[in-house]
Amino acid sequence: MNFAQRHITVALAAVLGLIAVAYVGVQGNLQLLFGVVVPYLALLLFFEGIIYRVIKWARSPVPFKIPTTAGQVKSLPWVPRTLGDKLDNPESKAWVIGRMALEVLAFRSLFRNTRTELVSDPKYPEKARLVHWSYKWLWLGAIAFHYAFLIIVLRHLRFFFEPTPQAIALLSEIDGFWQFFIPTFYLTDIIIVLALLYLLGRRLANANLRYLTLASDYFPLFLILGIVSTGILMRYFFKTDITAVKQLVMGLVSLKPVIPAGISPLFYVHLFLVCVLLAYFPYSKLLHAPGVFFSPTRNLPGNNRWELHVNPWNYPVKFHPYMEYEDQFRDAMYEAGIPVEKEPEAAVAEEE
Amino acid sequence: MSLPKPEELARVSYQPPARGWMEVKPDFRPGTYCNAASPKWLEWIDYPYPRAWSVADEDWQLPENWKEIVLEGMEDRLARFRSLKLFFDICVRCGACADKCHFFLGTGDPKNMPVLRAELLRSVYKRYFTRLGKALGELVGARDLDESVIREWFFYLYQCTICRRCSVFCPYGIDMAEMTILGREMLASIGLNIDWALASVAQCYDKGSHIGATPQAFKDMIDFLAEENERITGIKTPVSYNRKGAEILFVTPSGDYFADPGTFTLMGYLLLFTYLDLDWTFSTYAAEGGNFGWFISHEMGKRLNAKIYHEAERLKVKWILGGECGHMWRICNQYMPTWYGQVPSFLEVPVSPITGTVFENARVHKMVHISEFTADLIRHNKLKLDPQRNAHIKLTFHDSCNTSRGMGIFEEPRYIIRNVLPEGHFFEMPPNTIREKTFCCGSSSGINANENMELRMQGGFPRANAVRYVHERYGVNHLGCICALDRATLPTLLQYWVPEVEVTGITELVGNALVFEGEIERTTDLRDRELVGVGEQEGGEEEE
Amino acid sequence: MTLKRLLSERRAAILEKWRDRVFGCYPPETAGFLRREADHFSNPVAYRLTEGLKGIYAALVGESSAEQVSAHLDEVLRIWAVQDFTPSQALAFVFFLKPILREELAGELKADAALTAELLDLESRLDGVALLGFDVYMQRREKLSELKVSEMKARISGLLRRVGVDPATL
Repeated sequence: MNFAQRHITVALAAVLGLIAVAYVGVQGNLQLLFGVVVPYLALLLFFEGIIYRVIKWARSPVPFKIPTTAGQVKSLPWVPRTLGDKLDNPESKAWVIGRMALEVLAFRSLFRNTRTELVSDPKYPEKARLVHWSYKWLWLGAIAFHYAFLIIVLRHLRFFFEPTPQAIALLSEIDGFWQFFIPTFYLTDIIIVLALLYLLGRRLANANLRYLTLASDYFPLFLILGIVSTGILMRYFFKTDITAVKQLVMGLVSLKPVIPAGISPLFYVHLFLVCVLLAYFPYSKLLHAPGVFFSPTRNLPGNNRWELHVNPWNYPVKFHPYMEYEDQFRDAMYEAGIPVEKEPEAAVAEEE
Repeated sequence: MSLPKPEELARVSYQPPARGWMEVKPDFRPGTYCNAASPKWLEWIDYPYPRAWSVADEDWQLPENWKEIVLEGMEDRLARFRSLKLFFDICVRCGACADKCHFFLGTGDPKNMPVLRAELLRSVYKRYFTRLGKALGELVGARDLDESVIREWFFYLYQCTICRRCSVFCPYGIDMAEMTILGREMLASIGLNIDWALASVAQCYDKGSHIGATPQAFKDMIDFLAEENERITGIKTPVSYNRKGAEILFVTPSGDYFADPGTFTLMGYLLLFTYLDLDWTFSTYAAEGGNFGWFISHEMGKRLNAKIYHEAERLKVKWILGGECGHMWRICNQYMPTWYGQVPSFLEVPVSPITGTVFENARVHKMVHISEFTADLIRHNKLKLDPQRNAHIKLTFHDSCNTSRGMGIFEEPRYIIRNVLPEGHFFEMPPNTIREKTFCCGSSSGINANENMELRMQGGFPRANAVRYVHERYGVNHLGCICALDRATLPTLLQYWVPEVEVTGITELVGNALVFEGEIERTTDLRDRELVGVGEQEGGEEEE
Repeated sequence: MTLKRLLSERRAAILEKWRDRVFGCYPPETAGFLRREADHFSNPVAYRLTEGLKGIYAALVGESSAEQVSAHLDEVLRIWAVQDFTPSQALAFVFFLKPILREELAGELKADAALTAELLDLESRLDGVALLGFDVYMQRREKLSELKVSEMKARISGLLRRVGVDPATL
């Protein structure tokens, strides 16, 4: 098995294995384990892990202010700066908030992936034209995935509140606007599957990406695909008792766990995969979600020259001070007519 | 049959896809790496483990406990640099950076994709500093640190020019440049350095400039360039050295006073300062604006940079003016005041003595970029310029990586260019090869050594390709830049790929265009090339 | 004449195969990238290689002058001269075209014996192109050595002028 095959197989096998564990476990009446113990444990790991990691990051200082400046810096008042410049090279904390918002909410940097292509005009073969177009597929795939994921998570909040908050009901309604099916079909379900398949497909199809993709990259993709497909199966094909599920969730939320009867094994598989995702999150690259807020090349203003940045561990270094230098070259400097602090004779006299 | 077919011949370098990147080891072919640093330089600057070794050797004579040193060094840097810890943790390997690196584009070597170059370091972090990495090894991209890993670091960390193009496109702003510097620091901690960078650092540390010029040689050279100015323009451009009480200390990289075409830029500075009757001085001690020290470590960068404020304080100048240099300005912008640790209160907020403009943007730093300074002069109509003297030049502008992505100075040089060139003589390269997306010269960060020529030609190929495009399309014959390393390395690059295009600094063009009172009739530019329309009544538009 | 016309007609298909085989000389991760990315600026290597192959092909078909062949060869070989291809590796690509032509035109060759003679003639001209290629490759390698020397001089060119030596004459 070659490198890529090995990494794909392990990741896929791991997810299939997890599905099997949950399924077999529930068949063996371990509902309490998979319905109560594992979710609590996963939440614990999730929060403990993220807090631990964030504290770990925060404990390392940011010695230098190193924003990646991607636009004209603020200099003389008349030098033109577009809105883009101000956001991509923020002059103050307020503009940094703008830059971060664009980065987090709109994936600004991925969006930047523009390309320029030389297209020959069939009428004038000798005169090629420059055409600018954007290579936005990765951006589209990423943003579709993340927003679909977010909406799906928000929709799930209806299991956590009694009665279901208005806003969440509304969100579900909008998401289910296109009512092809009964029950209402959610648009995000389709989007997230397509986006995941794209994100996975590009890793498989592109030789470079295949070369650098690790099992730890495939695993979350397969895992989330597993979560999404068990969810879809439950919603549209093998229905489970929603009221019982809500009872279970409310029990977990109110710290009075119950295991209602009538919940299908498929639900436990779904829940177990979600738990694995939660537990895996703080120990993996999924940390990019909290991490992006800490990124010193994005969350600092480009104002070094007018706002001092202090490095907490700044220490004095050994350098070659001027007087030592003059001692080294005094005679030659004097001869060349370069001013010196001590004239050669005075220096000699001092030494004696 | 034992005679090979053409396909078989060409496939000598074929690597089967079955091998993962961890198993593929770098091939140190001549032309793709820089020579090992001579122990002499290490001793000059108190660097650890000086020894005579060669990159081509089987045995790199690492210190006995090298592994311990590297791992402790990594732990120490993780504690001191949030950037490193974060960049190690959050990369999702999306590959957005992959085809943004000029070295990847030029060499096609997958380990030159920034994501994989970072992974070379990250794999060690994962193995020794994360639980998952300890447990799962290769599956999460963790691997043992052995000598072959160190060789790999050496090979690929010196195939990164710290240009940050990848960082612009990274959705989390992961900055390969930061990791490269920290990685090179770790290499240096076990005595692995490259000669070209270390020689420059040691010379600069000891004598004042990378080139290792003594104070008298420095003065002699600049006086000569002043004489050249007089010969060509009839204007005397006197220079003072280490003059106490001058208003301005001028600092520029040594590339500007020993190597053509930088020397012509320096002549431009001298003409400009004379024109303005500026109260300025050069220092033979802080004679180097460039800083190869930063290419090898943050600390060494500081050790060289410290001289500038130290000298400004001794000479009691009011503020500092900085010449055209890329990494000098990235350092000035990102590190200099922070290294100093406080506002250099012995200096004043820079004010242009000619226009009265207060450089509020340099309120803390107290140092002004020559392009800002010149643009301000032009804006206030303080320069009499004759763009026709640059009519033989059709220019495109190369944004230097460091001033672009480590500072953000784009408009000032363009403003100057538009004012010193005749209308219609300035052409931009395609948009994704300029400004914040500019392609690197391929030779920065201390790897512009002679023995590394093939690699540099490959790394600079994307830049040259864009230059060639504007050359073929618009007849561009000069590439302008505000970077001394560019002026030193781009001529070589272009001679290989686009020999019709020459390299020029922007202040050189200013020097050409400046009209003095009492000057002799200008028949040539600062390079002794005849001006367009010389001998005619009116300078025409015809090409040379 | 007929062969030339045939080659003109089949240009796209033949060039495509030729190009693929040339890219196939790179490690697979690289080859994939070269093929995938058509952008002039995001993939200058593939762009220049493709342009070079097109030019050489055009010259073979007789659409451009023989003098231009060297320029087209240079387009390709100046890349490989810095990518550390040995001369044999660098020139192998010319010979790739022979089997491609035979495969691509197999049907016509069977049908028309006169074509075979023309093809043999074309193949000898390909050999000629390869021989020219060696010159071009050597010139590029020499150019590299020359650049090393001229860069050494440029580093101190100011000093040389200072002492009255014109760096260009050294």
